[in-house]
Amino acid sequence: MRYAMAVDSKKCVGCSDCVVACQTENNVPIGYARDWVREINHGIYPELHTELRSERCNHCDNAPCVRSCPTGASHYAEGGIVKVAEEKCIGCSACIISCPYDARYIHPKGYVDKCTFCDHRVKDGEDPACVAVCPTKCLYFGDLDDPNSEMSTLLRVRKYKTLIPEAGTDPQLYILV
Amino acid sequence: MNEDLIVSGRMNPLIDPHLGVWEWQIPSYLFLGGLAAGILFFAGLFAVWNKEEQYPTAVRKAPILVPFILVLGLLFLFLDLKHKLYFWRLYTTIKLESPMSWGAWTLMAITPLSIVWAGLHIREFFPNWDWKFQWVKDGVNWLNKYKKEMAWAMMTLALILGVYTGILFSAFNARPLWNTSILGPLFLISGLSTGAASIVLLSKVKAERHMFARIDLGLIAVELFLIIHMFMGFNAGTQTKINAADLFMGGDFTAAFWVLVVGMGLVIPAILEILEMRDKKVPYAAAPVLVLIGGLILRFILAHAGQMSHWVMN
Repeated sequence: MRYAMAVDSKKCVGCSDCVVACQTENNVPIGYARDWVREINHGIYPELHTELRSERCNHCDNAPCVRSCPTGASHYAEGGIVKVAEEKCIGCSACIISCPYDARYIHPKGYVDKCTFCDHRVKDGEDPACVAVCPTKCLYFGDLDDPNSEMSTLLRVRKYKTLIPEAGTDPQLYILV
Repeated sequence: MNEDLIVSGRMNPLIDPHLGVWEWQIPSYLFLGGLAAGILFFAGLFAVWNKEEQYPTAVRKAPILVPFILVLGLLFLFLDLKHKLYFWRLYTTIKLESPMSWGAWTLMAITPLSIVWAGLHIREFFPNWDWKFQWVKDGVNWLNKYKKEMAWAMMTLALILGVYTGILFSAFNARPLWNTSILGPLFLISGLSTGAASIVLLSKVKAERHMFARIDLGLIAVELFLIIHMFMGFNAGTQTKINAADLFMGGDFTAAFWVLVVGMGLVIPAILEILEMRDKKVPYAAAPVLVLIGGLILRFILAHAGQMSHWVMN
């Protein structure tokens, strides 16, 4: 099992529904966000190009947050999902510093919080909240170890990139371009 | 032209618009850890060399301060934690890949060792000290027989502690300014330098003061070399590294770093130490005080600038 997510930047309209769905589904404290939408504008007027994409934790295969955690609170769960065990987290912030995507934050209760790929929904066969709610269906979620999954097929037929692969993190959030 | 913005309004506290999760506690602790490492290293070194009588401040007197310095540093580390009641989780596991785990275990070893060493030399500060109980006296006598071994352990652990204060930063490739192998040696040398400076401040023996001023001068020279070397490395690096160096070459931290750390904290004390060695009239406390302040500011600036440096998003 290797869970991954893909964002089709050609279909994303930047509505932020994914952000609100996540905040509702996961009881994210007010003022915090586990996912967000980035807009990147290239070029000089009138030759402008905009890329919109929904971003979150990349659930890296080689996650610096798991390496830097002194207590083992940050760990790989089933399917490569990077999670934080709240009862082991001391709130030292090393993982937050180590993340090139700034995907983690300190929960008001003191432990570190982040995207979980909605593993509580995934184990029941449902898609993560952000994927389920997307009105343009630009988000995909699936198992890369299964060659017949929609995710595997997408990555075979579509051109894609990952974010800051130079950081050596082997990220599992794929941006379809 | 490339413009990059988060449009959904992500404003996670301490993360946006740029990282600020490590505030004053971590740089203060790194300063105290480096200072403790410096003092313990010299205490161990001169004890191993049988120079205790020549350099009494370094071997006996200055180390008495170390337990207090370390405990204060540990308090700062504790204050930095946001999930405080779970701090003991540090000691339920050993994670070799995590510098913070290394640091936690090193402190666990060096703090009690420094307390024992301070106990053996408590009469330096309190000449009439009495251990009261016979079994404590027996224990102290027994420990006194193993001073050489303790000195070796202290020296080794002090080196690990000193290097680790830098590796704590340099192990994060997400923060390009920190992600240089120079940072370990730089913080070690800076820590040794603050250690030497505090021995100069405490010493009443002129020959000892001169010896440690000379040592400090050498360390300052190495530190300047490492700083120049670090920026040469950044500027010969990728765009990410060049951006990181720009924080100090025209960016927000330029004046503070070059004036306060390099000028006031390294160059001026070096000049004062040279003048003192040539028997010019200089207040002997000036150079070490500047070295100590410079060491503290170095860590504050690097802690904050590092959190502002980041990868270029693609």
